[in-house]
Amino acid sequence: MELKAATIPPPVPKNKSRWTAVKKHRFYYYLILPGLLYFLIFDYVPMFGVIISFKNISPFEGVQGIMTGEWVGFDHFVRFFQSYYFWNVLRNTFLISFYNLLFGFPAAIVLALLMNELKNGLFKRFVQTVSYLPHFISTVVVAGLIMMMLSTDNGLLNAIIVFFGGEPILFLGEPKYFRSILVVSHVWQTVGWGTILYLAAMAGIDPGLYEAAKIDGANRFRQAWHITLPGISHVIVIMLILSIGGLLNAGFEKVLLLYSPAVYEVADIIDTYVYREGLTSLNYSFATAVGLFKNLLAMTLILGANYFAKRMNQTGIW
Amino acid sequence: MGGIKPTRSERIFDAANIVFLIFLSLMFVIPFLAVLSTSFISAEESMRRGAFVLIPERLDFTAYDVLLNRGKIILNAYQVTLFRVIVGTFLNLLFTSMLAYGLARRSLPGRNGLVLFIFLTMIFQGGLIPNYMLMDTLGLKDSLWVLIFPSLVSAWNLFILRNFFMGLPEELEESAVIDGATPLLILFKIVIPLSMPAMATIGLFYAVHHWNDWFGASIYINDINKMPIQVIMRNILLTGITQNEAQLEYVRNPPPAATLKSAVIIISTLPILFVYPFLQKYFVKGVMVGSIKG
Repeated sequence: MELKAATIPPPVPKNKSRWTAVKKHRFYYYLILPGLLYFLIFDYVPMFGVIISFKNISPFEGVQGIMTGEWVGFDHFVRFFQSYYFWNVLRNTFLISFYNLLFGFPAAIVLALLMNELKNGLFKRFVQTVSYLPHFISTVVVAGLIMMMLSTDNGLLNAIIVFFGGEPILFLGEPKYFRSILVVSHVWQTVGWGTILYLAAMAGIDPGLYEAAKIDGANRFRQAWHITLPGISHVIVIMLILSIGGLLNAGFEKVLLLYSPAVYEVADIIDTYVYREGLTSLNYSFATAVGLFKNLLAMTLILGANYFAKRMNQTGIW
Repeated sequence: MGGIKPTRSERIFDAANIVFLIFLSLMFVIPFLAVLSTSFISAEESMRRGAFVLIPERLDFTAYDVLLNRGKIILNAYQVTLFRVIVGTFLNLLFTSMLAYGLARRSLPGRNGLVLFIFLTMIFQGGLIPNYMLMDTLGLKDSLWVLIFPSLVSAWNLFILRNFFMGLPEELEESAVIDGATPLLILFKIVIPLSMPAMATIGLFYAVHHWNDWFGASIYINDINKMPIQVIMRNILLTGITQNEAQLEYVRNPPPAATLKSAVIIISTLPILFVYPFLQKYFVKGVMVGSIKG
């Protein structure tokens, strides 16, 4: 704003009402209006809609039910907390999310470290291209690939098992394998894409540090440990906070595509439960209550994570 | 790097690293190759060789013929997906850039409140059922617009673009203002042309979302003529192909189910596999525009 005084109108004096400033910007308000309306309708109206979790409405009443439905207070929440499903879906949601994070998060860092050690640019680019690929593939295709790889009559994995004289296994119908399948495929889907930011941060580390370390006799492992990892620690913290925000999603779409009643016991997560209760059994109010519970939990997690990150080293995401 | 010769242990590490990464790359490629080759296996070969066939003896195109030439469903679904990607991405970019431009204005009264208004949607959402009821009330169910409107502006992309706009030199716009240009004119004639890298990146993010999304369409659309390709694929993967989807009765030796399923996967993924290597660098740039600064 430091243009020559002659060419721009003088700034609005403080005591002149805010209204003048608003009027001066009216074009900008017209510009943002459509976008704001979008957020109002498609994000804020559903937020307001969570009221139905404190009411009893039937799907046939439509939105009118939001207004007319009778208040039942916390009945739906109490019913959920007391049901058999509560602990089951809570445990599955947390376990699947936790394993995804436990294996998926460090995997990207390790892969980035290994790719960073490559000197051949062409080979490095090949590994990157191939490992980013799953990120661009629809969840339906990923689920399809998993089904085909694990199928009992022509799947690759069972073909190998049979080749070595074993019996084909119905992987997707076995509770003991289901979570592992989810977690392994999660790592497969996300590891390459996750390396991008780490590699970018590594590229920004001063090469002089490595040379000094080499002269001091540090081997590659020690260089990675004492220079590369500390050099990317701020990115690691940000990525960790971001992944905690989506933590409770537990790969909802993939679970929905792959699970079956045979594995509900280990696969049913909050989101799939909401889906079944809401859209299959049409218990709108109850399903909304369960969804609201999950959202509050997720919100607490992300706010908490950001708070701790700020306390620890001043790099929160906001 | 310097003049220090690599030691013996370093060379061993390098070799092991390369071997490991080759192995890892195979893990990403093999599933796609296996599905590709399965899509070419004929009924006869599958009966004779049984189990899993990695390399077909002969490329049999029956599955593709059945899906693309005999039934209209797949081609129709392709059209729906194309409509969605093109119109959807255009509207995404239009709405996002207008909003981002207005919110990039530092002097806009009430700006912080408006940013907070949008930011809040990132940490709290209504959830599945309230959203479903909203679409129902708006009459969007079974309409192609339900594929576009609910994801018109992504708050994440909005903030990426706003960051980018805020980095442009203010003097450029100010001189245009003096010449009497309206914000609308400045946005479309100056700001957007200068922001092509950022626009291209978020445009690609939106386009890939439209191409890949299936969940919304699967709950809001019942009319098979309005289903995008991913929903058709989900139906085929979960329930098998029906005579409605491909008029199988006209085929003498219908391909095995696995072959048909594989062919559907390939058909719905090939376009993205094709353009992906060319677009990849934009994505990488976009991820960095969005995050490193923070």
